[in-house]
Amino acid sequence: MRPDTPQEAAGLLRTLGEEGRPVRPRGGGTKDWGPVVDGVVVETGGLNRTLEHNVGDFTAVLEAGVPLAEAQAAFAEHGQMLAIDPALASADEVGRGDEAAGRGSTATVGGVIAANDSGPLRHRYGSMRDLVVGTTVALSDGTLARSGGKVIKNVAGYDLGKLFTGSFGTLGLIVRVAVRLHPLPPRTATAVGASDDLDRLGAAARALAGLPLEADCLDLDWRDGAGRLLVRFGSAAAGDQAAAAAARMDELELEDRSVVEDDDELWMAQRVHQRGECILKVSGRSTDLAAVCRAGSAVVGRPALGLYWLSLPAEAETVAAARAALAPRACTLLDAPAALRADAWAAPEAGALAVMARIKERFDPARIFRPGTFVGGL
Amino acid sequence: MEGLIWRLRDVVGADWCYTAEHQLRTYESDGLLQYSALPAVAVLPGSAEQVQGCVKACADAGVPWVARGSGSGLSGGALPVADGVLIVTSRMKRVLEIDLANQRVCVEPGVTNTAVSSAVAPDYFYPPDPSSQIVCSIGGNVAENSGGAHCFKYGFTTNYVCGLEVVLSDGELVTLGGRELDPPGYDLLGAFVGSEGTLGIATKVWLRVMPAPETVKTLVAFFDSTHAAGEAVSEIVQSGVVPGAIEMMDRVAIEASEAMAHAGYPVGRGAALLVELDGAERECEARFDEVVAVCERCGSDDVRVARDEAERQLFWKTRKSAFPAMGRLSPNYFVQDGVIPRTKLPEVLEAIDALAEEYGMLVANVFHAGDGNLHPLVCFDGRNAGEAERAEELSGRILDACLEAGGSITGEHGVGVDKKKHMPKMFEEADLDAFQRLRCAWDPAGLANPGKVMPTPRLCGEVPGVYRQHPLEAAGLAERF
Repeated sequence: MRPDTPQEAAGLLRTLGEEGRPVRPRGGGTKDWGPVVDGVVVETGGLNRTLEHNVGDFTAVLEAGVPLAEAQAAFAEHGQMLAIDPALASADEVGRGDEAAGRGSTATVGGVIAANDSGPLRHRYGSMRDLVVGTTVALSDGTLARSGGKVIKNVAGYDLGKLFTGSFGTLGLIVRVAVRLHPLPPRTATAVGASDDLDRLGAAARALAGLPLEADCLDLDWRDGAGRLLVRFGSAAAGDQAAAAAARMDELELEDRSVVEDDDELWMAQRVHQRGECILKVSGRSTDLAAVCRAGSAVVGRPALGLYWLSLPAEAETVAAARAALAPRACTLLDAPAALRADAWAAPEAGALAVMARIKERFDPARIFRPGTFVGGL
Repeated sequence: MEGLIWRLRDVVGADWCYTAEHQLRTYESDGLLQYSALPAVAVLPGSAEQVQGCVKACADAGVPWVARGSGSGLSGGALPVADGVLIVTSRMKRVLEIDLANQRVCVEPGVTNTAVSSAVAPDYFYPPDPSSQIVCSIGGNVAENSGGAHCFKYGFTTNYVCGLEVVLSDGELVTLGGRELDPPGYDLLGAFVGSEGTLGIATKVWLRVMPAPETVKTLVAFFDSTHAAGEAVSEIVQSGVVPGAIEMMDRVAIEASEAMAHAGYPVGRGAALLVELDGAERECEARFDEVVAVCERCGSDDVRVARDEAERQLFWKTRKSAFPAMGRLSPNYFVQDGVIPRTKLPEVLEAIDALAEEYGMLVANVFHAGDGNLHPLVCFDGRNAGEAERAEELSGRILDACLEAGGSITGEHGVGVDKKKHMPKMFEEADLDAFQRLRCAWDPAGLANPGKVMPTPRLCGEVPGVYRQHPLEAAGLAERF
């Protein structure tokens, strides 16, 4: 089913709610994350209008089904961006090289928010929770509710936008959002330094994260026993800043240091490696870098944030072993075969889970939004 | 109530349980003095366990309670419920853990905002910096989602809280998040931060801290009009510069501040713009010259660059003295906290001028210009009959103008008790209903800071919504949504 307006979506959900039919919201269909659920697919493809781009205010109001790539292209014409850069194609397409070629980039704004997906820019700009300033959601009793606003600073009312960010379609359908935009950097440059020694790599990452570099991105790339750190700058003085960071890398005893001015490919690779056949996302700490890399053969990391994406063989035992090795850190299984995704989430603390259960009851009174598929069987 | 007070005394000890009127008077208002109410009892717990004990006692007795940090809030969020319980966190001011390798700090809620930055100085700092930062508490910052002058670049409290220990209104102690980002499940931290004490009380706060900027450069530029200064703000932001802070004062505010801070500001000029750039040295230097050029291009013939830290502090002192300085010009004033899309600045300022003229009242304007957060100060003399009411009406009409421009009724002070009547102008009934769902999920009994945020008292229906009349409803004391 494919509603064309927020009102139509709300009406449709009320009917499905009354019938008690499970619903699976779908944007571009690029992220098959979380346990599989049979149900009516409600697509947001008809909700694809950009309602406002307030260039002077650095804000935009978009319907949830707007493809992120399309929105970014429109913002870029005015030298602006929505500062979020996850892979925009499915794991298979990404694996085939489509992402790099700009094909299959169908991920929608609403889908990225619902899945709390992000890319390297998260280092500086945060995730969708930090960029969404207003949301309208449709609930299973037909309610259409707006929260927040369309200005970048606002504390009126509860922040339901954050509640729905990363809710994986289990609370309601996000139909419209207002977002904060940022200036597109005039130029970029990246400092790269390598080491096969995990402890040295970890110490260097922490040291770089602790410097006031004002970098846009700080990433770890670890595969098959070889590691490197990449620090990207986006400013008029990006080249100088990258050279200074490379000098720091020298002091930190990283090898093969270089400054790359034409750096898009480097960062596309980081985005691509965040997707795969079996990806375990680790909510960890900066100091976990070495431990995470020892738990898998390929890792993309945002070490200043303590977030890591591990590529693993798609086997239940391997995933369980990695989780055991990284306990008590929360590990979420993202891309994976359906059989493995039955056990996708880490367990929230019991008291927090009880609050989540009550939130689910109140926001999804008909209990139709991907029922039973979220943390703790919500 | 007598039984409850005995139980509270057992929990916190007799020394920290106040029931005498002269003790309670200290807590009758927060920073918004036009509202006051006396609680039956004020308790000052010294630990999370004691907070839990107090909340549990209130839950068992069915008595509402209000959490209070330093009491510097400006929306009446910590206004006591008359004859209820006030839980004051000011004794809980330990910095529990500093983990610089992971850029995290864990503090108790009574720790002041400034103390967090001090604890991690000089290499790190805690970015949100409300003007009251020397006294305001982190627990209060969490409740209000506090901002500050530097939030245009760095964001708000909600962008820095990664973990909380919270006592819910049934007395349950729960942990939300922790030192790590993206904890599993719904973003309860995002819901809790900024909930104005209505979802529970924080007893422990994990915060992210940031590397301190390499360099800071500050200037003040004077213009003939706020319009010209507004143009400069737009041009600076359009050019891609993200200043740490951009603050504007109008003619009245300059005059008042100068009389107090003696910074040598030219009295009579239409607007002063304070611009601060911080960050990497090279980038900062290059961008700073651009900012100076923009100010000159937009008509400033008087750009003063802070030569040293002392002069920078003087610039800031002048800006931050704007509120107290108004107290010298006018016996009373109301501070508003409206937000507008930045590009609407000229038309909203014109509307404010017109309103000031219509009411025959003096309105000074101070704002965080980068993010369009206006603090108009409506001056009045409370000794003249009816003047306070007229000033309040004028204040409300300024908020209407902000909403008409596509903005918000509050940017950082919160809704509290002061702005709840304006909530229906900004949100539809269905939106308020969704807010109430969230509140009911956390506090079904409605004991945590009732009477704040929501425009009318609401009760939590049964889940999943089977209708049963509540005794208060039957008595006509509350209305179901």
